[in-house]
Amino acid sequence: MTSTALPEHPDWLWRNPDPRSSYDVVIVGAGGHGLATAYYLAKNHGITNVAVLEKGWLAGGNMARNTTIIRSNYLWDESAAIYEYALKLWERLPEELDYDFLFSQRGVLNLAHTLQDVREGMRRANANRLNGVDAEWLEPEEVAKVCPILNVSSRTRYPVLGATFQPRAGIAKHDHVAWALARRADEMGVDLIQGCEVTGFLKDGDRVVGVETNRGRILAGSVGLAAAGHSSVLAERAGVRLPVQSHPLQALVSELHEPVHPTVVMSNHVHVYVSQAHKGELVMGAGVDSYNGYGQRGSFHVIEQQMAAAVELFPVFARAHVLRTWGGIVDVSPDASPIIGTTPVENLYVNCGWGTGGFKATPAAGWTFAHTIATGEPHPLNAPFALERFATGALIDEHGAAAVAH
Amino acid sequence: MLLISCPWCGPRNETEYHYGGQAHVPYPGTPADLTDEQWAEYVFYRDNPKGPFAERWMHSIGCRRWFNVLRDTATHEVLTSYRLDEPRPELPQAGGQR
Ligand SMILES: Cc1cc2nc3c(=O)[nH]c(=O)nc-3n(C[C@H](O)[C@H](O)[C@H](O)COP(=O)(O)OP(=O)(O)OC[C@H]3O[C@@H](n4cnc5c(N)ncnc54)[C@H](O)[C@@H]3O)c2cc1C
Ligand SMILES: [Zn+2]
Repeated sequence: MTSTALPEHPDWLWRNPDPRSSYDVVIVGAGGHGLATAYYLAKNHGITNVAVLEKGWLAGGNMARNTTIIRSNYLWDESAAIYEYALKLWERLPEELDYDFLFSQRGVLNLAHTLQDVREGMRRANANRLNGVDAEWLEPEEVAKVCPILNVSSRTRYPVLGATFQPRAGIAKHDHVAWALARRADEMGVDLIQGCEVTGFLKDGDRVVGVETNRGRILAGSVGLAAAGHSSVLAERAGVRLPVQSHPLQALVSELHEPVHPTVVMSNHVHVYVSQAHKGELVMGAGVDSYNGYGQRGSFHVIEQQMAAAVELFPVFARAHVLRTWGGIVDVSPDASPIIGTTPVENLYVNCGWGTGGFKATPAAGWTFAHTIATGEPHPLNAPFALERFATGALIDEHGAAAVAH
Repeated sequence: MLLISCPWCGPRNETEYHYGGQAHVPYPGTPADLTDEQWAEYVFYRDNPKGPFAERWMHSIGCRRWFNVLRDTATHEVLTSYRLDEPRPELPQAGGQR
């Protein structure tokens, strides 16, 4: 995609129907994952008697709050498979959805500042290549060629000792992605219902048969939860305990600047990640706040630390002004990998635990979740990400490649 | 930033503390008898309420002692803090719907 102008809005995007009394499938949460699930239920499985219920407004949760980084350079085979599948879907989605959401494959650098970072980075780049993911190890001079505004001098507190580079990684306009998926799902007959909060579940023994909402009861053949930060609160109402913890995660943008930052830079060690949005804002994120929280705002000292890191890495940012900060609530799992699959309650499915990194997975999360809901069985790509792994011990430990401290 | 009161040192900024997750999670009494599911429960499953939560904090750059805090995870209000050997305090009912 070479255009830089923002896409025009189509004349209309979706209907705004009232909920019907029953559906084949009810999806809870109209974030990117819920919308992609509905889209693929209709497209891949011909299931169109579907409602996506959203307590707020469509894609107003983490989908509207993330820093839009898309990459697939995770360590383990299971993660590489699902995130790389997502990346391949991203590469064809603008055409498929006929909506230019400015997916820009400008590459991502994951910086190394310690010997251990260097070793982890080289190991991950090698693992990525074995999995067919584009990844290279770059020495500091090569890093500077990819991102000239980055300070790679050896005289900083945490010098850049190298970086992994994934050229096919990038960013996209997140809300346009949501609208693109919503429009197509709507066209195929899916009801997207905003202002509809799920407050409980209707059960027949160990089977879910519908949901209670602030707009009445809705019967459902199957129910899929895609509620991100609120997954555990919701699942508990269905009698399912999830091993996730909800944390505030913040991001911020500067005022607009000329194009200065050609790629995406992430640093796990000094903890900041930066890209430049299409309009020109510098978009920055850091790690989660340490404590559990649902307040959609975080602590100021996290911003202070991330700014200190940003200014040391990018001296050119020293006089940039912060325009806006905000927070989202992310659900973090014990191994920093998602949970997608069945639950102990029949016909109730869960997609959660994406923590700080689920935007990049949006199409693959939707693809595999739709498959699981449609067939009652996991897709090979999400089978390893089942809830059972916490009892079997077959964890997929991606704390290192998650690239955000949590 | 949270203002948290260490039972020994008094109110200090959040940056003086380290977070330790849910409080009152006892080590299994008879570990040898636990099933895999019960071990998973002990190792990986913690409460994640939207509302009052009893959690552990350590005064890492102060007295370096662990203690418990009752905090509302929806409002960020720190309701009270107490020592590890004290029971979880009853909440005054005034808070209404939480
Ligand atoms: C600051 C920040 C930066 C991030 N940066 C990145 C990044 O750069 N790259 C990346 O890959 N990921 C990133 N993420 C993570 C990513 O945003 C999430 O993993 C992803 O959005 C989660 O899936 P979702 O889009 O469906 O969630 P959401 O968009 O949060 O969707 C969940 C929806 O469920 C709704 N809901 C909840 N409870 C109910 C209920 N009871 N009834 C009805 N509806 C309900 C919510 O209102 C919400 O709209 C970031 C997150 C944050 C907060
Ligand atoms: Zn103290």
